[in-house]
Amino acid sequence: MVDNGHGGRETGAVVTADTGSDGKFAIENPGLPPHAPRTADVDEKSAKRAERQVSVLFILSIIGTVVFFVGYFAIGRTAEEYADYFDQMAMLRVQNTLLGVGAALAMLGIGLGIVHWAKTLMPDHEVVEARKPLRTEKDREEAAGILNDVAEESQVKRRPFMVGSLALAALLAPLPFVAMFRDLDRAYGEDFSPERLRHTLWEEGTRLVRDPTGTPIRAADLTIGSAVHVIPENLREITSHGQRLSEKAKSVVLLMRLSPDDFEHTSPGREDWTYEGIIACSKVCTHVGCPIALYERHTHHLLCPCHQSTFDAAQEFKVVFGPAGRPLPQLPITVDDEGFLIARSDFTEPVGPTYWERHDG
Amino acid sequence: MKALSQKRRHPAAFAVLLLLGLLLTGGLYAAATTVNQAQASELPGDYTADQVDEGERLFVANCATCHGINAEGTSEGPSLVGVGAASVEFQVGTGRMPMQMQGPQAQAKPPQMNDEQTTQLSAYVASLGAGPGIPDEEYLDADAGDPARGGELFRINCAMCHNAAAAGGALTEGKYAPSLHGVDEVHIYTAMTTGPQNMPVFNDANIPPEDKQDIIAFLKTYEAQGSPGGFSLGFLGPVSEGLLIWTLGLALLIGSMVWLTSRSS
Repeated sequence: MVDNGHGGRETGAVVTADTGSDGKFAIENPGLPPHAPRTADVDEKSAKRAERQVSVLFILSIIGTVVFFVGYFAIGRTAEEYADYFDQMAMLRVQNTLLGVGAALAMLGIGLGIVHWAKTLMPDHEVVEARKPLRTEKDREEAAGILNDVAEESQVKRRPFMVGSLALAALLAPLPFVAMFRDLDRAYGEDFSPERLRHTLWEEGTRLVRDPTGTPIRAADLTIGSAVHVIPENLREITSHGQRLSEKAKSVVLLMRLSPDDFEHTSPGREDWTYEGIIACSKVCTHVGCPIALYERHTHHLLCPCHQSTFDAAQEFKVVFGPAGRPLPQLPITVDDEGFLIARSDFTEPVGPTYWERHDG
Repeated sequence: MKALSQKRRHPAAFAVLLLLGLLLTGGLYAAATTVNQAQASELPGDYTADQVDEGERLFVANCATCHGINAEGTSEGPSLVGVGAASVEFQVGTGRMPMQMQGPQAQAKPPQMNDEQTTQLSAYVASLGAGPGIPDEEYLDADAGDPARGGELFRINCAMCHNAAAAGGALTEGKYAPSLHGVDEVHIYTAMTTGPQNMPVFNDANIPPEDKQDIIAFLKTYEAQGSPGGFSLGFLGPVSEGLLIWTLGLALLIGSMVWLTSRSS
């Protein structure tokens, strides 16, 4: 390399790929490969075989349709005659299989047959179509002309009132959707306020009862390491099924008994929220509201199945892993005169994930 | 009050106070401990002294390395005082104990002890302290339970860890809830009463024996019924189903594309 004093870079004439005049760099047009006839084109036997294959595929489709109807009518009818539940299930499984396989064969057989037909027996012409030359300036003018024509013919410029009313209509048309989504939270016909999210069915003296049996829980019955799935006793007083479900969704509680030595941290004011190592928390994850009930009794960890947020029952349900931002709300509990567990109050904070009106993170 | 303050210096006052203090302390202690012992009422069953002796011999040979020579527990294994015969039935009967190696949790394997030896070990452990006993045969009869009710109880109490189809699931740090397919009735029952590994305890006060029978009935019915919707793919839900459709479905699509565009020979 010649050092010419310009940072070691050679300068000079730019070499361009020359397509041609002297033929030095020209690539010869290889043309098209010679047309190779298919075996079915030259060999009558092979053509016959292809014909048979296509027919077999079509016949498979016919068989598929028959199989579907055998499953649909014959087996569907007999399944009802079985008294035994397991036999019924077994027959339904057979029926489902026949319906699926039959319908798939009926469609696939025709499709595969036609493609095979086209590939082996239909004419095998090879066609070359030359690409049209590009005419940039002219195409651009043409496009502008079309746009102008549209503006002219639709009379946008000449009739401003019409265009204005269109613009207004387009603005107003989405409003029904806004209204519908806005009123989704008024499903129960009450005046909805985010305050409702702050309160659950728990109140002072509400008994903790087992889900789903509704039996009250005696503190003495819980051995260390026990876990009980709990609903408030007053839940059953709600008669509307839908409302009962939404109240249940807010008020479900998991009750655990730890050894009193296991507790690592108790904040001031929470000293009397537990009873003899029995501790209760909301089952609704503070991340996006999945139900948490995977409780490991030796680690005291509660695991959320959706995003693996992990809470420590020994540290007031502090988040020890995962995306959740806040600890699970703890339900203050004690026992009544008969030894059954009751709530001291409602949760002291809203349960579940954060929402805009929560204001405290 | 005046009378009380006058008699404060009476010679008998000290003795009365001491007696009161002792009574109060003893009473409170008894009240506190009964809470924990309320459930430990299942007495060791009808084991013979021979069984207990034989069990102790087996224990010293197979278990004492980790659980201590008197089953008092070491840094390697917990104390077995008060875990009850049900724990032995579950842990030894499913092959989890003796443990193959230390790990996040003991894994089921072909049992090392036969039924007789398991009973002898149960007898020894039951003799150490009261704990959950071997369940009554009548509650292990799946045919007599109500599978529909058992299903409801299962979905509320068990499904979050063991999967809605009882296929098992992952927990934290290598621990997992095992699949319940093919587990013996007695082991389903004793797992609930003892809470092995990190499983919570569901004692008979929480889930009564009849309810446990319903849960067993549900599990056995589910097992016999199989998958109503075709291939179960391990009952793992969208993970295995998605994987299958991605691999098999995409392979089929690519295959048909190659076939459609290839030229016939």
